Amino acid sequence: MYNQTEIIKDTTDLGPEGELIVNMGPQHPATHGVLHLVVTLNGETIKKIEPHLGYIHRSIEKMCESLTYRQFIYVTSRMDYLSSHINNTACALLVEKGMQIEVPERAKVVRTILNELTRIASHELWIGAMAMDLGAFTPFFYAFREREMITDIMEDTCGARLTMNYIVPGGLMYDIHPEFQTKVKAFIKQFKEKVTEYEDLVTGNVIFQSRTKGVGILTASDAISYGCTGPVARGSGVNCDIRKIAPYDAYDRVEFDEIIETAGDSFARYMVRVKEMNQSIRIIEQLIDNIPEGDFVGKTKNVLKLAKGEFYQRVETARGELGVYIVSEGGTTPHRIKFRSPGFSNLSVLNHIAKGSKIGDLMATMGTLDLVIPDIDR
Amino acid sequence: MTNLAIKEYITAHAPEATYDETGEWLTIMVESNHLKPLAAVLHGQPMQLDFLFCLTCVDYKTHLTMVYHLTSTSNRNINIVLKANVDRADPIIETVSDLWRTAEFLEREVFEMFGVDFLHHPDLRKLILEEDFKGYPLRKDFEDPINMIKL
Repeated sequence: MYNQTEIIKDTTDLGPEGELIVNMGPQHPATHGVLHLVVTLNGETIKKIEPHLGYIHRSIEKMCESLTYRQFIYVTSRMDYLSSHINNTACALLVEKGMQIEVPERAKVVRTILNELTRIASHELWIGAMAMDLGAFTPFFYAFREREMITDIMEDTCGARLTMNYIVPGGLMYDIHPEFQTKVKAFIKQFKEKVTEYEDLVTGNVIFQSRTKGVGILTASDAISYGCTGPVARGSGVNCDIRKIAPYDAYDRVEFDEIIETAGDSFARYMVRVKEMNQSIRIIEQLIDNIPEGDFVGKTKNVLKLAKGEFYQRVETARGELGVYIVSEGGTTPHRIKFRSPGFSNLSVLNHIAKGSKIGDLMATMGTLDLVIPDIDR
Repeated sequence: MTNLAIKEYITAHAPEATYDETGEWLTIMVESNHLKPLAAVLHGQPMQLDFLFCLTCVDYKTHLTMVYHLTSTSNRNINIVLKANVDRADPIIETVSDLWRTAEFLEREVFEMFGVDFLHHPDLRKLILEEDFKGYPLRKDFEDPINMIKL
């Protein structure tokens, strides 16, 4: 048992084996949230990392048990707040699967475009924050310039910039903004021009490369065993893109590549995300001119009731595989709901890959796992 | 592998297993003391279900049910749901964290939220809740006097 007094023990006391315990977080700027890591050091070498969670635990799973199938979607926007569209999509897809609701083509295509825009926005934020953690401040402003255009599109479409709540069972809450297509095209144009700037500024940067290459190496078998998904697993050469494995919405009719890097280090995970943004642009380009006319929401009953049974829906968020598992007893609220969040599994591998490296490299290792704390705590 | 072939293979190793095919994926129900040997069989050749993508527990008021969602990274078409009932008053089950390392954190979460005791778990203690927290919040009979959620 770990007790609280150990956390605040006098760190000048090195103990018999020369161990030093450093508390990283919960207010550390590089954890981007309230993550608390208790790092046991031997000199500068990491011996053990223990995450302490729960600083932002809201018990979303318990809350959802008392919310109806229309209401619980709004709570999920607050889990992984950078992928809120994708979280909403997962819940909407699950309810549609459970009730066999027919979703109009227009809604499917718009959902796919919005999901990909969300993925780009999330990766943009990650690149900026990651470079800032490693000491480069400029990429943050570059990344936010493009991200701003996406959040503006989101604001036009759904009125919110972060927690959207736009995707509902059956389709979309409202129709898209009249200028949606024009704005998205303007964004694609600007993104394509500017993406080379990141490449010049970050990817080719000698300091960035030497700080990330060969750091935090994760092998493919470990990635599978620890349940890693998303760019973390794909950086180690594991095929795990749910958009390819079990296509949902309009992903079965677009062409894109699943990005795989085999090095397994921090730089590989960085490269996966950069290349993924280009693939997202490719998906949006194929769909933006072909949004079908018609209804934006299918016919649904006022009160949604799932049949008795169990339902599971997987989607690919910017961080990996999000699974929603619902046990229904046939009522208007779920009997049990479980969110399999990608960040939770990705965090569990941190001790394994950072052990034995220097504490200075911990930023590069942890940064590339792309942890969002509300997603881990739920 | 078709569902029928999987069922035949599992029946050879665990004759008492029961099956449910009404859901999206094949569900296998076993007794809690037979879960670990069957999990080891599924993890090994030829099934190679090496990816545990969801581990959770469901409170049915009369008993708790452990639910394991398994898939294989070499054959993504195989998805299996493994279930085992545990006693609500004295929930004990063998850990699977030596087969799938991701279970280490997931079982710690189930331990604090449902009070299920995992035998031979390397580091079984609370992960999210405070250490002196009383009760198991995700059980149906849990009552919190401050943040009341009436079910």
